[in-house]
This record gives sequence, structure tokens and C-alpha cells, in this order.
Amino acid sequence: MNILVFVKQVPDTETRIQIQNGAVDTASVKWVANPYDEFAIEEALRIRERLGAGKVTVVSLGPDRVKDAIKYALSLGADEGVHVKGDGIALDDPLSVATVLAAAAKKVGFDLILAGKHAVDQDSGVTGVMLAELLDIPHVSVVVGLDIDAAAKRGTAKREIEGGVEIVSFELPAVVTAQKGLNEPRYASLKGIMAVKKKVVPEWTLADLGVDGASVAPAGAAIRTLEATLPPARAAGKILEGDPADTAKELVRLLREEAKVI
Amino acid sequence: MIAVVAETKDGVVRKASLEALAEAKRLAGEAGGSVAAILLGAAGAGEAARLAQHGADRVVHVEGAALSAYAPEAYAEAVKSAVAILKPDVLFFSATAQGKDLAPRVAARLRVGLAADCVGFAWENGALTAKRPIYAGKAFAKVAWNAARPMIASIRPNTFTPLAPDASRNAAIEPIALADVPVRARVTGHEKSAGETLDLTEANIIVSGGRAMQGPENFEILRKLCAVLGATLGASRAAVDAGWIDHSYQVGQTGKVVNPTLYFAVGISGAIQHIAGMSSSRTIVAINKDKDAPIFKMATYGVVGDLYQVVPALTAELARVLKD
Repeated sequence: MNILVFVKQVPDTETRIQIQNGAVDTASVKWVANPYDEFAIEEALRIRERLGAGKVTVVSLGPDRVKDAIKYALSLGADEGVHVKGDGIALDDPLSVATVLAAAAKKVGFDLILAGKHAVDQDSGVTGVMLAELLDIPHVSVVVGLDIDAAAKRGTAKREIEGGVEIVSFELPAVVTAQKGLNEPRYASLKGIMAVKKKVVPEWTLADLGVDGASVAPAGAAIRTLEATLPPARAAGKILEGDPADTAKELVRLLREEAKVI
Repeated sequence: MIAVVAETKDGVVRKASLEALAEAKRLAGEAGGSVAAILLGAAGAGEAARLAQHGADRVVHVEGAALSAYAPEAYAEAVKSAVAILKPDVLFFSATAQGKDLAPRVAARLRVGLAADCVGFAWENGALTAKRPIYAGKAFAKVAWNAARPMIASIRPNTFTPLAPDASRNAAIEPIALADVPVRARVTGHEKSAGETLDLTEANIIVSGGRAMQGPENFEILRKLCAVLGATLGASRAAVDAGWIDHSYQVGQTGKVVNPTLYFAVGISGAIQHIAGMSSSRTIVAINKDKDAPIFKMATYGVVGDLYQVVPALTAELARVLKD
């Protein structure tokens, strides 16, 4: 079974976001693999281990720095990695990104595609599903449980919804997007880290993928970001201290009479 | 025209869809256009009328055997067939579990842009712009679409207020029969999560516990506070990663992003990734014994004290006051 995992590199979640000239300033950001993509990588490795056969290929789209995210996935145990160069691509337009990823998927070949349910930078959570539609295959998003029957070319997934989960039965090939709870990602082993040094990560351009550059360029993108802003600062609050019974009384009074929320 | 995909649960249109309808009505009013609702699958007899009373000028109802259970491919085809008739300029979904799953299928099928999880819209020189949180609300992006139509957006629940129903309004119901659609992924069952009645993303009041809860058993005192307030329980990543509570309770950048009217952060220091997930709450109460905890910078009301004393006192006081 060929399992393809798409990994995005994003600023660490502890990052304080700064705005520079109407855009998020990423100059001094610490880049990490998107946390939800870690669950996707882990699930791919577990499926391969369970089947005792198969290949896990990790693909990341973006500038040269995304090679670190690919190497991280390789150190965890992925078999191969591919870097798709992000030059000239509208990286904040999910449809453009999905178009490029679909072409990369076709070039790699796949029985199952895994990705995080959303990337914690743009927070769109749509690229994986768009990718499935462009490849004309089914998808299950926000998955917290996955069971793959390779012989029958079918899967069953638990998908998180409001107040519970949906059980989804699906055919392979398919796109599955991972939610926290799907598994507990492993740490890289020393052997894994050493093995990365021997691996060559090929670089693919749009020309390699047969994608028309104009169709995914920022100029024609389906959506574009006009500007980024910080949320308005919150006014300084009231601090209550002292006897718990007294502060509780005062807090309830404020919630009822001042904030009028209860 | 602005069309709104109305999501139903057990045949009843969800509140999030009525919220989307209200914003559609406002935007259509400014642009001199009309509003349509797209109803998918089996719906109760009064639901189309209810959509009209909440702002829809037209209601298209797509029905077919393929829509009997949620299946993204069939539902996407149903929306596409309604879009072919209505030819809307704008198409709204609610950013619910189903809306978030369906909107990108539809957008990719129609090869048009999708702005996800939006919290505001405006016409600027005749062009629609949307405001959406990025980095879990640490920042906001203003986005615009290219010339392809419809412009698709999903709208975060709890952002807009449904219009008061106007009983004098009615709309013609336009039925569409959906031909059988081959479906390769289908919902075959449900499991309810134990205990909680309302999802965090829909909750009006949330009580979250953090590292200072010290263990799973102490969440009981927060559950008591929740019971008095009709609130939903949440947790910080520290509490989830410690294994005290399931990840589905997690509020933050790698959990749920919430926007309740009232948020209690109990024993939560206020790590930036937690604050990102709850900063849009209207009123924030922080209870923490460390008066220098960063959460107090966010709090509308901060209580400096031991949560094991403050929370029971608060629960007792609320029980006394709310009983009247």
C-alpha cells in the first residue's frame, strides 16, 4: 500500500504573532511540522507497520525551509520525501495549493492520502477535502479513529462532529484528515535521525508536475489575503482578591449587573 | 443573490444556518439583492417556511435517496444542482462539522474560492471582503475572491444573531429531485460522547480547567459549576496532555476555537496557544492563585485565589442567585 502524507510547515503554536506592513511577520518564527500533520504521519507509519508492507511518502509544498519538516517525517520512519517548490504559487489560496498537491499525488501514486485536519497558521481546514475532489476520490475529515482493510480496498473512520463522532465507511483510494486523538505520535529514534542523512529529497517544480504556473499563481488565485491585523486589545479587567465567599458574591454581582451575561 | 446552505439536524434547520441567513440578508440588503436558502434532504414540514421567516426570499429543496445520510459527494452534487438554478453571487455555509466538510468539496467541484470560518463581511467598492481568524485568532485576515462565482464562505457559528422570525414572510418552495449519485464515503452510524450535552463550539458558557486541576477527579468541581450555569466543560492542553480529560474538551490552537458569551478559565495560566482559542469570548473570568498569571491580562474579571475555595463558593452563590 502506497501511503502519501502531506505535511505543512507552520510557525510553532507558542509563537507570538506580529504584523509587519499588513502581513504576518514570519522573520523570527520557529518553524515546525503542523501539529495535526504529526497525527497523519503517525497513522501512516502504524498502517504500514500493521500491514508489514507498503511505503510512506511525505510531500511538503513551500520554500526551502520545508525540507526540515520532510526530514523530521523521515526521521520518524517515513520511507521517502519530496519537496515541491513553492515559488510563484498562491500559498494562501487553498484551491491553488490543492491543485499543486493533486498533481504531486498523481506523480507519486497513492492508495491512501493522509494530512492534518487543518494547518494552525491559515486555519482554513479545506485543502485536504479540495484535494480529494480534484483527484475524484472520497474523503473523510477530522478523523479520530481509522481502520484500513487493504485487501478489500475499504476503510472505516470515526469522524468528530458536535457532541460525538460519525462512523464513516469509505472506499480506497481516499483522503483522510487527522484530528488530535487519532493516535499518540512517536518521537524520532536515533537510528531514524541517522538514517535521514542518507536520504535524498528530490525537488519538484510546477514544470515537473505538469501544472500550468498561471493557474496557481497569486494573480489569479481564487481567494487572496488583502491584509492581516491583530485583534483589538482587551480593556484592562477588574481583579478581585480576598475571602472566597466575598469574591464569589462580588463576581456574581458583576456578571449579572455589569457584564449582564447570566 | 446570496444563497445559504441550510443544515438540518433530525429534519430541523440548525441555529447556525439561521445566523448565516441573517448575515446574508444584511449583505443582500446593502447590495440590493435577494436571499435564497438551499435545503438538503429530508426536512420537517415547517422548515422551508421557517427559512422564509428568517430571511430567505426563495427556498430550493433538493431531495433524493442519496441524501438520506450525510455523504459529502452526494451533498456536494445537491448543492451544485441548486447553484445551477439559483446562480448566486455568494454561497454561505455554516462552519459546523458538516459545513466545514461540505464547503471545500463544493468549492473544488465548482473551481471557485472558499473563505473558511469567517466572522465578518463587508462590501468594499462593490466587492465582497471577508474577515477570518488566522493562527486561532491571534490575528485576522481580510480576504477577497477572484472573478469566479459564486464566492463561497463558511461562517463561524455564534458570530451572527438570527433575525426575529417574521410570520408574514413566505417563500415559494422550489423542489429539485437529485438523481442517484455514486457515493464512495457515507456516514453509517453515530456515537454520542458521554455526558456533555452541547459542543464547545456551540456553547454559550464554557468552564475550562487547566494544570491546577491536578487530576481527573478534580474536574468534578467544575462539572458542578457547569451544572448550575448550564455551561459546557472545557480544558487546557496541559490538562489534556496530562491525560486528565479527553482531547475533545481541549480549547486552544490545537483544540477547539470557541467564542462563548462567558468563558471561565480555572487554574489556567494562559499559555499563548490556549489564549488563541478563547480570546474572542465576550466576557472572560480567570480564577488563578498566581496573580502574575498571563490569563489575567485577558480577563474581564480576575479572581486571585485558590480555585478549590473560589469555585465551590462561586457555585454556591450562583445556585442561590439563579434559583430566584
